[in-house]
Amino acid sequence: MMRAGLQALLSHWTRNPLQLFTLLAGLALATALWSGVQAINAEARASYDAAAQTLGEARYAQLRGADGGPIPQQTYIDLRRAGWLVSPVLEGRAQIGAVDLRIAGIDPLTAPPGVGTIALTNGEIGDFLTGAGQLFATPDTIARIGETPDLTFLPTDGIAPDLAITDIGIAQSLLNAEGEITRLVVTSAQPLGRPPLEQIAPDLVLMAPQTDTDMAQLTDSFHLNLTAFGLLSFAVGIFIVNGAIGLAFEQRRQMFRTLRATGLPLRNLIGLLAAELILFALVAGTIGMALGYLIAAALLPDVAATLRGLYGADIAGTLTFRGGWFVSGLVIALGGTALASIGAMSKLARLPILAAGQGRAWAMVSSARLRIQAIVSVALLLAAAGIAAFGSGLIAGFSLLGALLIGGALALPVILDLLLSAGERLAKGVTAQWFWADTRQQLPGLSLALMALLLAMAANVGVSTMVSSFRLTFIGFLDQRLASEIYVSTETAEGGRLLEEFATEHADAVLPILSAETDLAGLPGTVFGARDHATYRDNWTFLSSISNPWEAIHAGTGILLNEQTARKRELSVGDPLTIGEATFPIAGIYGDYGNPTGQAILSEATFRGLFPEAEATRFGLRTSDPDALQEALIQDFGLDAGAIIDQAGIKAISLDVFERTFAVTTALNILTLAVAGFAILMSLLTLAGMRLPQLAPVWAQGLTRRALGRYELIRALLLAALTTLVAIPLGIVLAWALLAVVNVEAFGWKLPMYLFPLLYLRLTLLACLAAALAALWPARKLARTPAAHLLKVFSNER
Amino acid sequence: MNVKALAVAICLAAPATGQGFAGLGTEVDGFSVPQPNPAFDFPADHGAHPDYRIEWWYITANLDGADGVEYGLQWTLFRSALAPEDGTGWDTPQLWMGHAAITTPTDHFVAERLGRGGVGQAGVIADPFDAWIDDWSLSGPDFDTLRMTATGEGFAYNVDLTATGPLVFQGDRGFSVKSSEGQASYYYSQPFFEVEGTLTLPEGDVAVTGSAWLDREWSSQPLGENQTGWDWFSLSFDTGEKLMGFLLHEGEDTSYTSATWIEPDGTSTPYPNGAFAAEPLEITDVGGRDVPTRWQVALPDRGVDVTVSAMNPQAWMATSVPYWEGPVHIEGSHTGRGYLEMTGYE
Repeated sequence: MMRAGLQALLSHWTRNPLQLFTLLAGLALATALWSGVQAINAEARASYDAAAQTLGEARYAQLRGADGGPIPQQTYIDLRRAGWLVSPVLEGRAQIGAVDLRIAGIDPLTAPPGVGTIALTNGEIGDFLTGAGQLFATPDTIARIGETPDLTFLPTDGIAPDLAITDIGIAQSLLNAEGEITRLVVTSAQPLGRPPLEQIAPDLVLMAPQTDTDMAQLTDSFHLNLTAFGLLSFAVGIFIVNGAIGLAFEQRRQMFRTLRATGLPLRNLIGLLAAELILFALVAGTIGMALGYLIAAALLPDVAATLRGLYGADIAGTLTFRGGWFVSGLVIALGGTALASIGAMSKLARLPILAAGQGRAWAMVSSARLRIQAIVSVALLLAAAGIAAFGSGLIAGFSLLGALLIGGALALPVILDLLLSAGERLAKGVTAQWFWADTRQQLPGLSLALMALLLAMAANVGVSTMVSSFRLTFIGFLDQRLASEIYVSTETAEGGRLLEEFATEHADAVLPILSAETDLAGLPGTVFGARDHATYRDNWTFLSSISNPWEAIHAGTGILLNEQTARKRELSVGDPLTIGEATFPIAGIYGDYGNPTGQAILSEATFRGLFPEAEATRFGLRTSDPDALQEALIQDFGLDAGAIIDQAGIKAISLDVFERTFAVTTALNILTLAVAGFAILMSLLTLAGMRLPQLAPVWAQGLTRRALGRYELIRALLLAALTTLVAIPLGIVLAWALLAVVNVEAFGWKLPMYLFPLLYLRLTLLACLAAALAALWPARKLARTPAAHLLKVFSNER
Repeated sequence: MNVKALAVAICLAAPATGQGFAGLGTEVDGFSVPQPNPAFDFPADHGAHPDYRIEWWYITANLDGADGVEYGLQWTLFRSALAPEDGTGWDTPQLWMGHAAITTPTDHFVAERLGRGGVGQAGVIADPFDAWIDDWSLSGPDFDTLRMTATGEGFAYNVDLTATGPLVFQGDRGFSVKSSEGQASYYYSQPFFEVEGTLTLPEGDVAVTGSAWLDREWSSQPLGENQTGWDWFSLSFDTGEKLMGFLLHEGEDTSYTSATWIEPDGTSTPYPNGAFAAEPLEITDVGGRDVPTRWQVALPDRGVDVTVSAMNPQAWMATSVPYWEGPVHIEGSHTGRGYLEMTGYE
């Protein structure tokens, strides 16, 4: 009996292969987008963790030079001999082979657990510590470095790309930094009776572990955006699956009745249906995981480039297959199927044994149900308003997004119903009236697909608005920051001095870029020394400041601070800020987008007083003739062309970062719209068969099949256009939530929101195009329906 | 970084195929090998011998606190060479490892330090004598007058050692054979230190007095390939006589033993394999390991037949290369105190 039952149930799908395809494809697409995004996120996170843990910044306190300069090796020995358990790290960059490699030298003997997480076997330790040494890097990095006859690279996983870990002795010679240490990692457990730091090494400052300034927190915003996309796509897919399951249920009502009448217990019937769904979920889930892997692999290089450019976070550009990810994807597929089938299953459980086997119009939504939907939707939107007003934190931000999306989706059929009734009332002529009424009649069958389209559109509008606002703000910021026409860098401080001399004669102004790493209100940061020049006064804008901030800076009675640090430490203009031993009132707070760490600006004179050892190796040069100056620098001064960057070049690099962000956003936009378009196609195809009885009388009264097909197409376009009318405002509210809530929580700075009507128009056209493409096939099919089929409707009339 | 691999390397700088406790019984490749009839040159030989693979300065002390409690103290500096040369700066192949411990009847405090030679973090200078790793040191104007300090998480000590007798040469005038295949080390001791100083414990400072035993040993291949660990006894009897004896494990049931009988004036008599015997009487579960903490020890030639019991059976050294080391009480034909070290029970 069970076997016969299963055969009967499955035979439905062989008779309706399209439905089977809808179900599997919907579920597979949902799983694919969700798991693809998850894979990207997991990969990126694993990379950050590796980067943070490799050198212990996140776990251990650090000692750094108060003047930002290197620590003499003898200071390290003095600290050890005084009982301070510290371990040296030397960091720097060197051109090795084809890669500008970040080199980190560690001392494995004193490094606390987790620092320099490279696996050595005891046979290799000697090679690591002595002789020509060994450098550990990811296989990808090693491949890009190419042949290096003098250096031994060993592949290892779990460290950041473009980073090589080696012994400190090797690093000192590779980086030409004999006897120098960048920072000291302070082991958590320290012995009794250790003298205070000031007594041994007064030139060092102790910095707490960087847990609260963790890069992961910063990059979370980007991941949240991706996760939002993933979740949304999954929701869209589940809408499709729900539709397919509901349809299959309705169509098999007679079969259920027959099976139960012939003795199959309800429990077994439900069990068979569940088994069938689990089978589908596993098949579709596996296909979805494969697709997801492809999506992730295709997008990851762009994501990696975006994160690297935007936040300086190094993540690998290649995807590693993670078992946990696969399992979680299948669980999601099963969970999604369960979610989508709850309604159908509970209906089946309550079905009287001999309930009429009559097929009802699929998923007819009664006006009562529409009313309930309207109430839930209003409640959700009110909740969203509440969260926006009172919530805080990333979770609240995401709840807000969720409430907005679901509330908006549920409101859609209600709003469309109202709009279509209005259209019906205004319509003149029989055909027009029929068109409006017929469209309204079809709304219940299409509403799931339209909701999917709404969600896709709204998220696209929201995320695009956010990214574009970010871009506009950032370009303004670049104009402010990159005011000089040419930027040059030298390798040594001596070279810097010579260059400054040379440039003073040839350029209108020389602006040295002096900087030192220091502690800013307890956070690691960089202080810059700015020369007194109109460039700064003319180009800099402040979020808040005293009336003449630059005057105060150059008088040595003020300091400028970036927004991130000000927000984190709740500092505002006028508050004191201590740098080294001096304290200054904050004269201005400026936007510093894309920079994860603290930053402050002093005048050149004040800076040199505090950091006498810092020397400029980078300069901004003002000139009215950039080409001639570049020429002079290369020809007369002998500067390497690679050491000169013109302003346009820097801007191009920065904008390239945004283009890559857009590449990711656009790819996801198109994917979600495609999923929504697919939902529309499937709904229309399903409806097509059922609609013949409704269309046959219209045809019989003189409307040609061709006209009927045209109306189908117009209807799809109309519904898509009406949906976008709802989607655009919803998307703008979403963008606001992303910028004003999620962004501030994740990035620590607020971005002004701009509106982009052309962008929305493009998205509207894309949505209509998706709907039109989806409707094209059913419309064509309808236009070519043999007249006999339409006639049969009358002869078969029940 | 794999700490375990590192520690093994430090202890023994050996290829991965090494056998025996922490790889001690391994190839010699390029290092000097101890030769019979050594001619020691002091004070130079109190310093490091970089052309030998492994070397240690090992002090254990039995102390009585002003609080009436009995204490055990350990201070050890191991040198291990990755290659038979000295080198300079970070490139030196000389690695150092320090172990310090205070044992009380109820507690056992342990600390470990690792460091590189060549940069000043650790090393040994023969004259005036100075052995150090980080803030730990064993130093003084000469080898008879030393100050010994160490710190760890929750403990510290600072004690003065004064020698009241001569150096004692183990084995054949300082050439100590470790296996029937001829593995050997240079080995001498100073078992006549008087100790006075202060221990710092979580409860506060304790003034202590007592006696200490120093071992100096260096070699390049101290164990035979089949030797997997040892039980080493340094026993000070109330009569003023002392006994050093060890038993090297060779497979399941066989062992290689060696002993030195030391008269109160420092006169010593070496005993060959088989003369000294030690049998476990009681096994204690020490963190999941079966460790013998009571022994029957005999040197029939001197009429010694005693039981040796751990003062604190849980004196496990949870260091990178773990072992048991702690003070013992002696009862039987002779009475007294001493120290017991057991390796190969991981």
